[in-house]
Amino acid sequence: MKRFLAAAVALIVLAWPLIARGPYPQHIMILVLLNALLGTAWNILGGFAGQISLGHAIFFGAGAYTSTLLAQHAAVSPWIGMLAGALVAAAVALAIGYPCFRLSGHYFAIATIALGEIAVIAVTNWDFAGGAVGLFLPVEGTGIAAMKFDDKPGYHYVICALLAVALGLSLWLRGARAGYYWRAIREDQPAARSAGVPALRYKQLAIALSAALTAMAGTFYAQYVLFIDPPSVLPLSLSIQVCLVTVLGGAGTIVGPLLGAAVLVPLSGLTSAMLGGSGRSLDLVVYGGLIMAIAVFEPGGLVAITRRMGTDLRTARARWRERT
Amino acid sequence: MNPLAQALVSGLLTGLVYALIAAGLSLIFGVMEIVNFAHGEFLMLSMYLSFFLNASLGWDPLAALPLNAALLFVLGVVVYYALIRRVLRAPMLAQIFATFGLGVFLQAAAQFLWKPDFRTVGATVVSGTRIAMGGVFVSGPQLVAAGGAVATTLALWWLLARTGTGRALLATAEDRTAAALMGINANHMFALAWGLGAACVGIAGGLLSTFYYVFPQVGSQFALIAFVAVALGGFGSVVGAFAGGILIGVVESLAGVFVAPAVKNLFVFGIYLVVVLVRPRGLVGKQ
Repeated sequence: MKRFLAAAVALIVLAWPLIARGPYPQHIMILVLLNALLGTAWNILGGFAGQISLGHAIFFGAGAYTSTLLAQHAAVSPWIGMLAGALVAAAVALAIGYPCFRLSGHYFAIATIALGEIAVIAVTNWDFAGGAVGLFLPVEGTGIAAMKFDDKPGYHYVICALLAVALGLSLWLRGARAGYYWRAIREDQPAARSAGVPALRYKQLAIALSAALTAMAGTFYAQYVLFIDPPSVLPLSLSIQVCLVTVLGGAGTIVGPLLGAAVLVPLSGLTSAMLGGSGRSLDLVVYGGLIMAIAVFEPGGLVAITRRMGTDLRTARARWRERT
Repeated sequence: MNPLAQALVSGLLTGLVYALIAAGLSLIFGVMEIVNFAHGEFLMLSMYLSFFLNASLGWDPLAALPLNAALLFVLGVVVYYALIRRVLRAPMLAQIFATFGLGVFLQAAAQFLWKPDFRTVGATVVSGTRIAMGGVFVSGPQLVAAGGAVATTLALWWLLARTGTGRALLATAEDRTAAALMGINANHMFALAWGLGAACVGIAGGLLSTFYYVFPQVGSQFALIAFVAVALGGFGSVVGAFAGGILIGVVESLAGVFVAPAVKNLFVFGIYLVVVLVRPRGLVGKQ
């Protein structure tokens, strides 16, 4: 049943550019997949390992800026730029993690907010990286090699592939030794350490992987909008969105970030936030209300709700069978 | 005019207002270990209150301060009972998102109701005044704001340290089970902490409205600085947060004058990181 559902959803997503012919629904689907990728990446650190980062925009920006600067100055392909961005982001993540993982809970979260703000100020004042003006991506032809396309379906399949990589990695990690160690660290770090879990090393692994995947999303985003500046790829609001997508869907689960993105992107002003606000804010009122409602009524996210509904359905069916 | 003295004095004055905002945030965290991510929006609401009282009834924001404090106190208590009480036992993420969602909600509601315009409060008793002391210029509104912040923090400190209610609050912060065994109702104490924390930021908002623009996002920057001040001082320590606020004000001002205004926050966050990495529990926190 579960497999069947997953296959059906995957099929619909893959066939989406054929189902929805207009550029707008295609664009929304790309944003859903992009946010699902970001959520899946964040989930490795925040969901599996339980370290709440509110600074993931740093890694997104690292991916966008590294690939763009390489393309501008050395005409490097965005595919290589993507790998370089992932490496840069992982290195930055390790540099952040080494000192900051001594902090826990709220302290770690606030430290990542501070680091994110530092990144915004630093890049805004760094002329080589375009400063406050931002950078336009050089476009020398389109096609798969350039990771730039004349229409939406090309981007659609690139982001599908990236998401598949991230999901595959998450699934594998969850069942691997790292997944069990992360869960132990998340539930009770002192206990995990006394049981011999090298906590720092595994938290470093989580942040590096999470950062690398986030950076790949950043490179993709740069190819998609062809212009990057600090407010579009480094803002605190992006870090929070990433976290929200996951929490709304259900942190620590594989499906959670996907579900969160699928609900949040069409529903909220996420689209306007990523591509220039419209000035109206009624959508944000709903968005804020929704976040509060999730926090109060179902901290486990949408996944917990669907699971409960599934259980209810099964018990109802069993009862019905007993009666007949 | 001595630029160093000028920068120190204006940094100190700004820092005292940061300190008051941070003290309220720290009080809430200290009592129940929840970070109020809507703290900046409380500040914003208080500033709009001052603005509308001034625009429609002609009230001076300084005269309206008790009303700001009282209404924000009520807001804090209502938020506690309606929202926070329900996530007390929830995981940390749920707690973060409860207050964060409230912040998004309030900010968006303000923008929807009152438009994103920048507004200024009309003439107040202090507007346009300026005092020169030994070659250092001090603007009247800033001086009054700093004085008000000091007076409010002293009042808060007195309440916490010298009254039975305050001691009950601190006892709850220390150990809520033990406090409950002594007959202290933890629920009431949590509500009181939210009320007092919001009242502090209410007064800060009233004071700021005499010289600062009023707009829906005004709280964000102040809240960010307050988080840093609270973490710098040591979460939960009102005195530490106060010291943190002052330190940030001075660092920000010095960096703005002697380095470049654009990078002043780099120093603010940088100092925070250095302190927090050397002393993870902050300047005055328990190690």
